[in-house]
Amino acid sequence: MLAQIHVTFKEGVLDPQGKTVHHALNDLGYDEVLDVNIGKYLEIKLDSASEEEAEIRVREMCERLLANTVIESFRFTLVPTE
Amino acid sequence: MKCGIVVFPGSNCDHDCYHILKHILNQETHWLWHKEEANLESFDLVVLPGGFSYGDYLRAGAIARFSPIMNSIIRFAESGGKVLGICNGFQILLECDLLPGALIQNQSRKFICKNVSVRIENTDTPFTLQCGKNQVLEIPIAHHQGSYYIDPFSLNHLEENGQILFRYCDTSGNVSAESNPNGSVGSVAGVANGGKNVMGLMPHPERCADPELAGTDGQIIFQSLISNS
Repeated sequence: MLAQIHVTFKEGVLDPQGKTVHHALNDLGYDEVLDVNIGKYLEIKLDSASEEEAEIRVREMCERLLANTVIESFRFTLVPTE
Repeated sequence: MKCGIVVFPGSNCDHDCYHILKHILNQETHWLWHKEEANLESFDLVVLPGGFSYGDYLRAGAIARFSPIMNSIIRFAESGGKVLGICNGFQILLECDLLPGALIQNQSRKFICKNVSVRIENTDTPFTLQCGKNQVLEIPIAHHQGSYYIDPFSLNHLEENGQILFRYCDTSGNVSAESNPNGSVGSVAGVANGGKNVMGLMPHPERCADPELAGTDGQIIFQSLISNS
């Protein structure tokens, strides 16, 4: 199984990188760009017995290490692999 | 005062802290290796020094906070032991929840290395008791991820509880957006826990505490701790 995890800043936390890329895209003429939020993408290969177990364990990994929940939120999807 | 300096892989201000405490201030000082738990009962102070523990991978301090020595330090702090986190040490104390809030990338997106002025906001703590009220210290900063963040409600709580110990200011002690080098909320440069026995700050007092070098403003933090031990 493969966990595809996204970690991004919470609303209200300053994201200087996102802000700079936002301005750069506007400067390139992409006026439709309203906001840019830059985060992290992680892929974690798992040897889990079931999707239910993987769901619990990946959530725990995110809360304990992969995201700092003071400033970041996370979301993930589990993809079956052979 | 019996002091311990923690060494993580990537710590690079550990020797500076050791030098100031042992050779300049003549205190009993020991190294604490990150891989081992330690009995800290006889210690008065544990310092988490600056640097780039574990290469700042994932987030600054995120990996170091799971080092075995951190179990000992959390127990030490919970029983009232004094813990000082400088720069990366501050980031580690936030990651392990000994201190509230988080540190994010500087607003300017640049690594900032310069002298800044900080104002003492609370002199009733072991870290600041020798300072005057609103005293201004000149201390260098050197960081990329030093913008302090906490939600507005919690910031208020810190303020009311006297947990904000240092604020960035100008040389006369005025706090403004111009004197805030990194975009920290409330210009916060250093905070303590509720018990005031754990403190973290982004400026480096150990870099301005040896009279051989320019400036000794940082000494007052260590001297406060010595007078309290």
